[in-house]
Amino acid sequence: MMANNRIPSGPNTPGSQQTPTQQGIKIFIQRDYSEGTAVKFQTRFPPELEDRIDRQTFEYTMERLNEHFEMAETADCSTYCEGLMDTVILWKVLFPILFIYISDINLPFLFLSQHLRKVSKFIATQNERVYNPRGIHITDPILRGLRVIEITVIDVPNCQSPTGNSNNQMRHT
Amino acid sequence: MKRPRRRGDAAMASRRVTRKWEMFAGRNRFWCDGRLMTAPHPGVFLLTLALICGTCGLHFAFDCPFLAARVSPAVPAAGAALCALTLAALLRTALSDPGIIPRAAPAEAAALEAAEAGRPPPRAREVLVRGRPVKLKYCFTCKMFRPPRASHCSLCDNCVDRFDHHCPWVGNCVGKRNYRYFYTFVVSLSFLAVFVFACAVTHVALLARGAGLGPALRATPASAIVAAVCFLSVWSVLGLAGFHTYLASTDQTTNEDIKGSFSTRRGVSNPNPYSRGNACANCWHVLCGPLAPSLIDRRGVFTIDDKDELPPSFARALSAAPPAAPSPPAAPPAAPPLGGSYSNLFESGSPVRHAYMNRSLELEPVSSQPMALAGPLQAGPLQAGSLQGGGAPGGLSASRLRLLHDTTMIDAALDLDEPEPPPHLPRGPLAPVHLAGPRALAAL
Repeated sequence: MMANNRIPSGPNTPGSQQTPTQQGIKIFIQRDYSEGTAVKFQTRFPPELEDRIDRQTFEYTMERLNEHFEMAETADCSTYCEGLMDTVILWKVLFPILFIYISDINLPFLFLSQHLRKVSKFIATQNERVYNPRGIHITDPILRGLRVIEITVIDVPNCQSPTGNSNNQMRHT
Repeated sequence: MKRPRRRGDAAMASRRVTRKWEMFAGRNRFWCDGRLMTAPHPGVFLLTLALICGTCGLHFAFDCPFLAARVSPAVPAAGAALCALTLAALLRTALSDPGIIPRAAPAEAAALEAAEAGRPPPRAREVLVRGRPVKLKYCFTCKMFRPPRASHCSLCDNCVDRFDHHCPWVGNCVGKRNYRYFYTFVVSLSFLAVFVFACAVTHVALLARGAGLGPALRATPASAIVAAVCFLSVWSVLGLAGFHTYLASTDQTTNEDIKGSFSTRRGVSNPNPYSRGNACANCWHVLCGPLAPSLIDRRGVFTIDDKDELPPSFARALSAAPPAAPSPPAAPPAAPPLGGSYSNLFESGSPVRHAYMNRSLELEPVSSQPMALAGPLQAGPLQAGSLQGGGAPGGLSASRLRLLHDTTMIDAALDLDEPEPPPHLPRGPLAPVHLAGPRALAAL
């Protein structure tokens, strides 16, 4: 089930590449830089997952992820105010410098961090309800430096069919 | 009988966990249990800190009392506010993650190498950014294609997102996550230098009005020193502030400006695809946009295997299943690639698997060969088991790994814009390693 592993140097780079490892087959979904350096991943369905999950489910997951990242990087009045105060007053800075051990506390006004927590929660939910029963695990992209989405595929006994009740499961998320 | 609980017990218990910063692959130094980080040589940063603190100290000790009485009490208040802002911005720039991109995990690096049938990946790959072709260069150290605008800092040995430059004055790289603080530092420092210079000159001028310049300088030599230091430094600082204002307004980095990435070449315009169209929008985005999170998770708990990231059912299935054999490459590489494996240091034996942050190390038992120590002490033959049981999983402690890394110069910093790929190391028996300095002795 080896896919085309070549990484061409042209602009139409494939959305994924894979390698067999000790941890099953790993598929890597690459970043999409077509609209700039904002975090966005390619949504092309990897052929390695064809017999495990349906295309719509996978594309739904990727599109929702991209929506979360887009929301996280959307700059509105509140984020600009936060950024401006952060830059000029350095209100998130003085406390960690004077009382270094406070810096572990996640302050509630970190706009981007809130969205990244939502991303992690969304991936965990999707894994639990949709992907893990089919022998697929999506690694949180923050663990890979927001550079790739790593998908681990293993042979799980009693693996659900790709046309199972994934739509019902998706509705819950 | 239970031992009475001491104050340090909780701290000792927490230290038993190996944090990711302890196994970090770059050259950065970490402080306060990984909460703060600097470049490997923070000496010039300490000089900057001393210059600012010393100059401001003289200003507050000699100029401020005089000017508060003769001019206005607002003078020391304004000076204190500027000084606090400058120091806060400096410390934030110097002690924070500039936007380091973690190195590729072993599986990701293997996927790239497998794609080229065992050969190293292509040196660059082209993508379209807003309709314009941009090259993503392959980093041989980090084993990944760098994102657009990222660059590898040869001093810190890390790829940094939206890399601006490595600033020795702040003792850190300046990149995506700390550029706004660097800009705040430069601008506030230029205001501070002008303000302190003006105060020192005013102090001397008011004294000289009655007694003349000579007696005035003799009466307050500190003001003369402060004025001289500020006068000499203010031009470069003002120039730097102006330059970075231009860069922020055009959404460029120092690196891109020096390389002329978006300059007109041979009459063909090459506009910046990252620009937002006008100076105001660019400044807002660069300086006041949402702050990106740190990607290196330096306080996270270090795990030896990727399986720890998978759910328990997956981990059980993987431990039960035999490893999947990768497809054989078309042509085997002539020598092991630099940076991914340390196996060429050791003679054959059963490999000990060890993860070094994002690198996979195949560590094999060390042969009994002499290790020469510089200085009065001479070590006997290094036994095969002497490197085992160091505390870290797999037998080698973090300090021994770091020692191995430092003394053999493997994974030396490569600025990968150079024309040739890194040379391969010859495979062979372990040569005698010469260790020098107290750090080497302490590690042994």
